[in-house]
Amino acid sequence: MEKEIVISAHKLTKKFGDFIATNEITFKVYAGEIFGFLGANGAGKTTAMKMLCGLSIPSAGEATIAGFDVYRETEKIKQNIGYMSQKFSLYEDLTVVENIRFFGGIYGLSNKELKSKSEALIKTLGLEKEVDKLVGSLPLGWKQKLAFSVAILHEPKIVFLDEPTGGVDPVTRRQFWDLIYDASDRGITIFVTTHYMDEAEYCDRVSMMVDGYMKALDSPENLKKTHGAATMDEVFFDLARGAQRQGD
Amino acid sequence: MKQFKAFVRKEFYHVFRDPKTLLLLFGMPIAQIILFGFALTNEIKNSKIVIVDYAQDEASRRISEKIEASANFEVAQKLLSHREIEEAFKSGTIKMAVVFPNKFNYHLNHEGKAQIQIIADASDPNTATTLSNYANAIIKDCQKSLVPAGQKGLNINTEVRMIYNPELKGVYNFVPGVMALVLLLVGVLMTSVSIVREKEMGTMEVLLVSPFNPLLVIVSKAIPYFFLSLINLTIILILSSTLMEMPINGSLFLLYFASSILILTALALGLLISNSTDSQQAAMLISLMAMLMPTLLFTGFLFPLENMPMPLQIVANFLPSKWYYIIVKSVMIKGLGWASVWKEILILMGMTTFLVVLSVKKFKIRLA
Repeated sequence: MEKEIVISAHKLTKKFGDFIATNEITFKVYAGEIFGFLGANGAGKTTAMKMLCGLSIPSAGEATIAGFDVYRETEKIKQNIGYMSQKFSLYEDLTVVENIRFFGGIYGLSNKELKSKSEALIKTLGLEKEVDKLVGSLPLGWKQKLAFSVAILHEPKIVFLDEPTGGVDPVTRRQFWDLIYDASDRGITIFVTTHYMDEAEYCDRVSMMVDGYMKALDSPENLKKTHGAATMDEVFFDLARGAQRQGD
Repeated sequence: MKQFKAFVRKEFYHVFRDPKTLLLLFGMPIAQIILFGFALTNEIKNSKIVIVDYAQDEASRRISEKIEASANFEVAQKLLSHREIEEAFKSGTIKMAVVFPNKFNYHLNHEGKAQIQIIADASDPNTATTLSNYANAIIKDCQKSLVPAGQKGLNINTEVRMIYNPELKGVYNFVPGVMALVLLLVGVLMTSVSIVREKEMGTMEVLLVSPFNPLLVIVSKAIPYFFLSLINLTIILILSSTLMEMPINGSLFLLYFASSILILTALALGLLISNSTDSQQAAMLISLMAMLMPTLLFTGFLFPLENMPMPLQIVANFLPSKWYYIIVKSVMIKGLGWASVWKEILILMGMTTFLVVLSVKKFKIRLA
């Protein structure tokens, strides 16, 4: 049976003047997959992701998200995706429940949906006591779990996570990934960038960006096999050895 | 619509939860009004003057009493020789002397004209002019009451006429100026900072990825600040009419209408500034620099535009605050209506439309 393709990119390129941030990347992501988008800082991950989300217009190449074209159908793409930015993406001066209502509101959820969803969300995260606290007063790990839950509140087909676990401890990271698995089980496709190589092991398939090129794309097991490596770390070093760009 | 409501509600949360914003929003107009109304006034109060009354008759006494009653003067001593007057000026104890010659009343009633000598310390020319104007105004006023009904030709030797502001009140100048300043400053600052804050926090990306129309982002940001600015205006009007006795002679509706246009201008300018920077500090700095200086210099409430060289007068024409200032003065003080200020209102509207269109066009819907 043919798997449903939700993201398809063909020779997608973004140039800033002479600088080619992403250079002709071609890949496909299937429905329900956890797709890891790996690379050192400055390798072009965030640029690629912004093009896929409709935040940035590609310089060349083609891409469709949930079947919609990134040049012409950004509005339809927006209906079908969730996004969690590298920077923390909730309002710190709003309470937990106000944030949920706001983001639910701009995605056009009805009051009834909002009510049932926010209750379920708060229960899953164990935030019952914190509902009326300002988000700014929550620990970082909780904020990020909340941000993720809010990003998938409207049940998007795909959720884009840009380095979602930056700066949190390993235990919280593990919990975060539990949420990602839950979402994936519900059929949401996960597109996640990270530079933690242990997280790469959690993905169904990973791609490696080096200097704007996509150097590898396979399951973690296959990548380790072909590179004769014991861990994803070693795979990464093997691929990134020739990298010209230094991290920013 | 539902999305829109959610967004506007969120903006109000931002405003009411940030003490800095609140302070800026409501503290500034109050501080400005009080500063300009009381402290930074060009009105001169309690100036030490001396009345030298050689006549000691009915007319001179009545005029003296009026002068003494004025809050502008503090009348120090009563009978001095010319030498002594000179000494008093030298030592700086007085700023002005009003001298009634002998037989003041007699000259006035029998010859139909009399003279009062006003000597002012013109080492500070502005003060001197202002003080002598005050005195002239009072004397002129007395002259009317000294004339018995039906009799003509009495002439005390002054001819100064101050229309609209016979008491030369400073607030008449300052209140409209402060209104322009506060509305512009608050509007520009609030919008630019609140949009740039979303960029800085990373929430702008999330908003732009959402199906929420980017233009609505602007509109929903503008709405709370628009209403808060109107509240601000109301505070200024109440303060200035109760504390400063500033009259509102014209139509209140016209006043709010003109102010609404200025507020829109401010919001558009704020949006424009938010496009050119990514940090709240920079946005704040640009807003202050771009608004404060030109508004202070070229609106006409601190420095009369008529006295400026031609190129600067031309520059002033491009400032919305100049036109707003003219409208507000005409409406509040002169009590003029639409018929008299429609030209200024059209100019202001033109500027606003231009800025709104420009800033909406420039608003970056995508990030790169």
